[in-house]
Amino acid sequence: MDWMAWTWPTATFFLVIAGLLLTFTIIAVKFPETPRTGILRIETTRGDRLFITLLGSAFINLAWLGLGLGPQYFALLVCLVYAAAVFRWV
Amino acid sequence: MNKTVNQKAWFLILPVLILVAFSAVIPLMTVVNYSVQDTFGNNQFFWAGLDWFRDMLHSDRMWNALSRQLMFSGIILAIEIPLGIYVALNMPKSGFWSSFCLVLMSLPLLIPWNVVGTIWQIFGRVDIGLLGYTLDALGIDYNYTQNSFHAWVTVIVMDVWHWTSLVALLAFAGLRSIPDAYYQAAKIDQASRWAVFRYIELPKMAGVLMIAILLRFMDSFMIYTEPFVVTGGGPGNATTFLSIDLVKMALGQFDLGPAAAFSLMYFLVILVISWVFYTVMTTLDKREGN
Repeated sequence: MDWMAWTWPTATFFLVIAGLLLTFTIIAVKFPETPRTGILRIETTRGDRLFITLLGSAFINLAWLGLGLGPQYFALLVCLVYAAAVFRWV
Repeated sequence: MNKTVNQKAWFLILPVLILVAFSAVIPLMTVVNYSVQDTFGNNQFFWAGLDWFRDMLHSDRMWNALSRQLMFSGIILAIEIPLGIYVALNMPKSGFWSSFCLVLMSLPLLIPWNVVGTIWQIFGRVDIGLLGYTLDALGIDYNYTQNSFHAWVTVIVMDVWHWTSLVALLAFAGLRSIPDAYYQAAKIDQASRWAVFRYIELPKMAGVLMIAILLRFMDSFMIYTEPFVVTGGGPGNATTFLSIDLVKMALGQFDLGPAAAFSLMYFLVILVISWVFYTVMTTLDKREGN
């Protein structure tokens, strides 16, 4: 695996995402759900909301970095708030 | 409407997932690893943190390539979609000429990208190319290797030539699926040609047009081969689109770190746009279904 040039931070990043996917897969199998329509006026399931959360978080982090708003872990806090909002209202 | 979604069927796509893991996910993970490190070759890496992302976000070069790219995709969509619809509306509906047109229109789609580039590269040359020679004879000082505007026009016309038939074929398929009863009803109501187009043909084509827009946008947003063969990204950086710039950075300069950060941002933009199109398409389908 040397050629992939692994580092601990990137490995942790992927482990967290893999963990999220696994968790949501288990939840989806154990507790089937009904898609709902939120403020975006589109039908979403839990998986869709996770996707919107992750994609949005990537852009929040990039914007935070690009605009130089301070230490990067604050961006993660913003992402958590964003995630909560997505799961509540989208 | 209140039926629960059974997600168990997803397990059936596991074999595909494994294939995709090797062809896409693992390379993508490697790119993520590169994006936070610096290397001078020899498979030796040094931690760089988020520096490359910061550099790229403040790089004029990337923003310029992105704006050129958006402009290119915008222009070709604005030409190809209406032109494709116009061609589809005027194609013979059945018989020999219909098949003839369909075959004729699929020809450009079958030509490999680099060959299309070579065709236009030669076609536009003033000394031996028909287009370049003719324009020169008409007194137009056409030179796509030195004039940015001419380079842009050439690349756009080439893309229009290559891909308008895809839009036309999709639009034609959409038109063919409209039952005759709709047209008869319109005739009884004495609807104008425009009204028939606006209220019958266009809504019925909406689904395929959405696919056409998505396909053309994605393809043009990732375009590399044709402009690379014709202009090589020049004159200067005038036709250096995102992919061309990325390859220059990654392979020409061997700046793997910045190029990895660049490509991840490129990937994110494509992911967002694909998601938006996909969502719009599925939402339209559901509305039609109801």
